[in-house]
Amino acid sequence: MNINSRAIQDSVEVLSNKKVGAYNHMVFAVGDMASHAKPGNFVAISVGGPSSSLILRRAFAIYRSSNRGAYGGTIELVVAAHGTGSKWLSERSVHERVDMVGPLGTAFGIPTEPVNALLVGGGYGSAPLFGLAEVLKARGCRVDMVLGASVAGKIYAPLEGKRSVNVMTLTTEDGSAGVKGRVTDVMPQIIERNQVEIIYSCGPMAMLEAVNQVAEGANVLHQCAVEESMACGIGVCMTCVVPMRDSAGVIKMQRSCIEGPVVDGSQVVWGSERKIAQGTWGAPQ
Amino acid sequence: MSEFQAFDFRTKFGSRYFPSPIFTASGCAGSGKELSQFFDLDELGAVVTKSISVKPRSGRPTPRMAETPSGMLNSIGLQGPGIDQFLEIDIPWLQSNGARVIVSISGETVEEYASLARKLRGINSLHGIEVNISCPNVENRGLVFACDPVASRAVIEAVRRNISGDYPIIAKLSPDVTDIVSIANEVVAAGADGLALINTVLGMVIDVDAKRPKLAGITGGLSGPAIRPIAVRAIYQVHKALPQIPILGMGGVTNGRDALEMIFAGASGVSVGTATFGNPSAVIKVKRELLEGLRSRGFNSLSEAIGVAHV
Repeated sequence: MNINSRAIQDSVEVLSNKKVGAYNHMVFAVGDMASHAKPGNFVAISVGGPSSSLILRRAFAIYRSSNRGAYGGTIELVVAAHGTGSKWLSERSVHERVDMVGPLGTAFGIPTEPVNALLVGGGYGSAPLFGLAEVLKARGCRVDMVLGASVAGKIYAPLEGKRSVNVMTLTTEDGSAGVKGRVTDVMPQIIERNQVEIIYSCGPMAMLEAVNQVAEGANVLHQCAVEESMACGIGVCMTCVVPMRDSAGVIKMQRSCIEGPVVDGSQVVWGSERKIAQGTWGAPQ
Repeated sequence: MSEFQAFDFRTKFGSRYFPSPIFTASGCAGSGKELSQFFDLDELGAVVTKSISVKPRSGRPTPRMAETPSGMLNSIGLQGPGIDQFLEIDIPWLQSNGARVIVSISGETVEEYASLARKLRGINSLHGIEVNISCPNVENRGLVFACDPVASRAVIEAVRRNISGDYPIIAKLSPDVTDIVSIANEVVAAGADGLALINTVLGMVIDVDAKRPKLAGITGGLSGPAIRPIAVRAIYQVHKALPQIPILGMGGVTNGRDALEMIFAGASGVSVGTATFGNPSAVIKVKRELLEGLRSRGFNSLSEAIGVAHV
């Protein structure tokens, strides 16, 4: 079987583009691309138009996808306009088209039995967690969510997303919303109170590492969507690697676009930025 | 497909013919599997594999990438499984999926190149060997063989001795030299059948907020449209000096016009690399547009267009 055997490259139409807090919520008419999209998957979009000096695709986690509705298949994204490429995307008007490849990457594993799940998101990293919450809720899971950011305006928590969540807890570093502090400050109580059996997380690498420490301390399974700069999103450029243990325990530089973005937190060799972790397969002698 | 039959799109490196002059560039096509989701690999003249080394290599730490105006810096550092696993898994998969395969090799010593060549000897189904003597992402810049005519010659001689005349040897050169023609002369004298021009250009980006180099590897190879004029210049200079030696041109080719430019400068084939990162089907787009571009300019074959910019 091919890698990314469900991926399609297509010119897709912007159906909607709305400002939500610090972010843009965008809906695209994507046809068949939606039918295989699962929570945790991402899409890669070319930015800047045909004469742009921006030559690399930008990866966006899928916020939600739907096969049904008046426009056929749709994929929704939450775009943070913090770079030139994402700013360009956030400025697209309804009916404009963009070149999209997707769905790409691994998805969050869904338990076969109803379990107590805790979803942890940082900033707009919360986006893929709402689609995941819907799936988990439909399976009869208890779904709690913790969303954190530096300030209130950077938390993405739309009303419709909250429907599938039992209890939502917010944390901000400046105390402008919810609990003052970080997501990891409130996680231990929630894990204990709700007898959490699995943690799902998405956000900056430093946050994922901290979440993983809490998960390991509490002996709870942890799936996280890792983040490393990508040039292609389809597995050919080898820039987005993260050191991870394979099934035999060997540390390899694995692509976050193919072997990830969703990985088991215990597989990741955390804190390895700017260095090759000791014992990595093929490390310089 | 009939349009391709009417136009003679074939090209030749050494003893091998290729049905189309558009190839992938080394290190820009993964294992081939990743791109086969978007088009059939037999549409390509050949797949040039990532540069493979004797032993597994982890490559460099992250961050490995920085986007630059019309380009990107990478410092992958030749991550790969080593030649044995590569021969066991990657090559058979590519060939069973219709790809013509040019294997790119990279060593840290002349002896490593010789050893890689011995591993490849006798695999007659291969279409060529690209000898990458110019990767900028090695710990010691002194190891960039292609910056030194004597070292370049030694590597190609070692490969030639160990590979016999089975299939073409294409030497991949660096633009980071004072006189690329003198390096080209040396590797051709040593037995190279063709030249791959150009590898990435050594570059650097500083993160001004962190006040340190953006890449963990400090320096990286610049690729993309930003380096295309450098590639065209190198192809033009080398074709002028060695008109009988086929050149595989590369460096920022994104569309058919860019490929035409390289053909007119003297390339017999064109590799598409970084453009694939922005567009998974870039190689097919370049191939289609090159054919249209040649036809609309009155050519009936690729060969009659090679080097026409030389006056």
